[in-house]
Amino acid sequence: MRSSPLWSIMLTVNRKDYELEILPWVSLLDALRDRLKLTGTKKGCDHGQCGACTVICDGQRILSCLSLAVMKNGSEITTIEGVANGSELHPLQKAFIEHDAFQCGYCTPGQICSALGMLTEGKAQTREEVKELMSGNLCRCGANAGIIDAIMEVKKGGDHE
Amino acid sequence: MENKLLVGKPVSRLEGFEKVTGNAKYAAEYAAPDLLYGYVVNSTITKGKILSVDVSAVLELAGVVKVFTHENRPGLAWFDLQYADMDAPPGTVFKPLSDNKIRYNGQPIALIVAEDFETARYASTLLKFVFEEEPFDTLLTQNLEKARNPKKGMSTPLKPPPPKPKGDFEKAYKNAPFQASGDFLHATEHHNPMELYATTTVYEGEGKLTIYDKTQGTINNQLYVANVFGLKYKNVRVLAPYVGGAFGSGLRPQYQLFLCVLAALELKRNVRVVLERKQMFSFGHRPQVVQSLRFGANTEGKITAMNHSAVGETSKYEDYNEILVPWSHKLYPAANTLFEYKLAPLDLATPIDMRAPGGVSGMHAIECIMDELAYKLNIDPLEFRLRNYSDIDPSTQKPFTSKELRQCYEKGAEKFGWNLRNPKPASTIRGNKLVGWGMATGIWDAYQFPARAEAILTKEGKLEIHNATTDIGTGTLTVMTQIAADEMGLSLDEVSFYYGDSKKPFSMFQGGSAITASTGAAIVVAVKELKKKIIKKIKDIPDSPFKEIPEEEIVFRNGMVHQINQPNVFISFNEIIRANKNKVIKVTKLGGPDLIKIRKFSKATHSASFVELEIDKDLGTISVTRAITAVAAGKIINPKTAKSQILGSMIWGISKALHEETLLDQHLGKYMNANLGEYHIPVHADIPQMEVIFAEERDSVINELGIKGVGEIGMTAIPAAVANAIFHATGKRINDLPIHFEKLL
Ligand code: FES
Ligand code: FES
Repeated sequence: MRSSPLWSIMLTVNRKDYELEILPWVSLLDALRDRLKLTGTKKGCDHGQCGACTVICDGQRILSCLSLAVMKNGSEITTIEGVANGSELHPLQKAFIEHDAFQCGYCTPGQICSALGMLTEGKAQTREEVKELMSGNLCRCGANAGIIDAIMEVKKGGDHE
Repeated sequence: MENKLLVGKPVSRLEGFEKVTGNAKYAAEYAAPDLLYGYVVNSTITKGKILSVDVSAVLELAGVVKVFTHENRPGLAWFDLQYADMDAPPGTVFKPLSDNKIRYNGQPIALIVAEDFETARYASTLLKFVFEEEPFDTLLTQNLEKARNPKKGMSTPLKPPPPKPKGDFEKAYKNAPFQASGDFLHATEHHNPMELYATTTVYEGEGKLTIYDKTQGTINNQLYVANVFGLKYKNVRVLAPYVGGAFGSGLRPQYQLFLCVLAALELKRNVRVVLERKQMFSFGHRPQVVQSLRFGANTEGKITAMNHSAVGETSKYEDYNEILVPWSHKLYPAANTLFEYKLAPLDLATPIDMRAPGGVSGMHAIECIMDELAYKLNIDPLEFRLRNYSDIDPSTQKPFTSKELRQCYEKGAEKFGWNLRNPKPASTIRGNKLVGWGMATGIWDAYQFPARAEAILTKEGKLEIHNATTDIGTGTLTVMTQIAADEMGLSLDEVSFYYGDSKKPFSMFQGGSAITASTGAAIVVAVKELKKKIIKKIKDIPDSPFKEIPEEEIVFRNGMVHQINQPNVFISFNEIIRANKNKVIKVTKLGGPDLIKIRKFSKATHSASFVELEIDKDLGTISVTRAITAVAAGKIINPKTAKSQILGSMIWGISKALHEETLLDQHLGKYMNANLGEYHIPVHADIPQMEVIFAEERDSVINELGIKGVGEIGMTAIPAAVANAIFHATGKRINDLPIHFEKLL
């Protein structure tokens, strides 16, 4: 198996270019976590059922466990590590802290990336719609109310870009 | 001049920045050079023997380093006791790969170690086992006749058997003019924290290991590893600075820890083992339980007879216990009682405590029967509870250290608008929906364990606190920093709390809502001792203005030591350090409950929950629309993080009532929905409007700070409040949990 051909790919992650020699069955999630050591993106199921691995790929939120890294050759990816501007947090990150929108913090990177993607999609207008369109991101700690409060605050402020 | 007190303030989590930026590192995320990846293989049969293993195809695969099975597992500790962790129930601890016996479906039977994760996982498909199967029993309801009394063991004092019978229950029940009875069946549940169980073991050479592990008890797992692998305690360091939820599943070392350490020691390499989501269903869980209750009351609406009998599931190798049946008598007086608790051993993994273990299952049954009895008596359910209210603990006749449950009832009812309720079932309709309002009482113990804390005045004049506890999302870092800062008269940024490390002074595992009281109390005594030491030192300074000042008049605030009411007499922490030849000043101190004082009291936290839900008349779908929980849990150190604990546990209560269950196929003896797509927990769209009220409750007995803990109390009333609301909406009593729409069609 190890003699299988390595694929050369390029990923732009958080505005930085990475060249990777990678086996074709490595998921984007494992490539980020194990190869690029960007462990902010979480693995909660590896099956597209929890949302913990959500990243923004070419402007859209995707589940990185359901993509192979080789499929994303040439893509531009933002992970949780790329959401803040240095030590200046994004308004959504600040709102998460303010609204206590996490407990253990394990679902948090996925919630934040998913919320940023959802806000860009522009489909959800009301709180109920936001809840619905964020429902792919599970939180076992039950920090749900704080998460939705934080998103609504940023959405109202209009500063999610 | 007075320090602004931090205890009681809604401080945002101090690790917030790390958690929202992805900088917080969990067990599977620590880098180590030349790391190997282990993949666990689990049994596909439920009971029997492994006859043979064929590893040849696996070993031919490039990148595979080693396969561990029972055939080549090295000789390790021999005695069961060496495998017994601090939370081990009576019985024989499961020892991974120790023999060819299969005790339950999903039992780990091999570890494949490879240069990368993908190779290890692929290799698992090439590993061939030949099994000999034996018949098995896995479904509790078909094995009730096997129920027997639980065995006693080291953990029995923490989970004592039910209280002895009082009076003559059978006679009193027969003669009671009002009776309610019911049988309750609860499904299996799995904790499913979002983080997968994982261990990264760094092999430091010479029998020395640094282990990043997902656990609720760093010292528990350190002792386990040292005992099992025959290592020196000081050579095993277990770190768990961030834990992605656990809810009880991390109270005992899980098998990935054993397997990861085994591989690291044998291969003398750094190794990581991460479980997959389906493997998160292959160890402890909340057990199936069957409960039968019969309550009788007189014409004044007072309870005269209470019987609560339960059978819980355990494994064939350990007797896992829950405190399930005695709760009603900690709340309600009755002259005649009968409490029974038995276990039926089945061919399953040993259950393990899961959020509000025993309490949430027992209280669901108790508070549904209370609701039914109130209806029989034609009394408002809340009024019925007030008529049976007791200021003392009826089961022990001892006073409570504090009990403000009445406030919970009153404040919760008022906020909810309970007095507007039309008691008639199915009387309120909203469009196509039946509306139901239900309430219930909650109760949980107020535990405190012994703990040690080290307090250090640093060279910079700041305070450091060290303790081995974890912070599993509870806000422990933040509340401990608040407690220490107040005690020392410092601000939050002048205090650092170091935790999640077995090298730190002792802490029990983080469970039972006990850590805020346990580590909190240890911090208070340690800082008090540190202040004493500092006072001694400043009195010894030549020409010290404090020489003649009595200790009681010396106060610590704003980074200085003052004479009380004398702002001109002071010395800064920096000067103290300078006078101490630039050396830090430190103490380590043990804190714990005052057992002699506490013995005269009963202790508990209380809550009352009020729930509104809607049920679609045609489809039977249930949605909770409003939920309020009022909690009396002593001093609330941080209302922001405490509220989150209660909100989270309320969602857990709704989930237990309406969503989650692990389904067992009794013919295969295995769980059928071991994934997050089919194991349903509430998603954002399921979350109702929720409110949390904290009752004012002062407790000067329980510990230095009056802390009683908030991790589980928010969950215990919710399932019954939901079931009672369903009755109110439909007139149907559905006792088995979870309640899915088909039960209402
Ligand atoms: S890890 Fe990708 S959805 Fe769960
Ligand atoms: S914060 Fe723990 S899973 Fe969401």
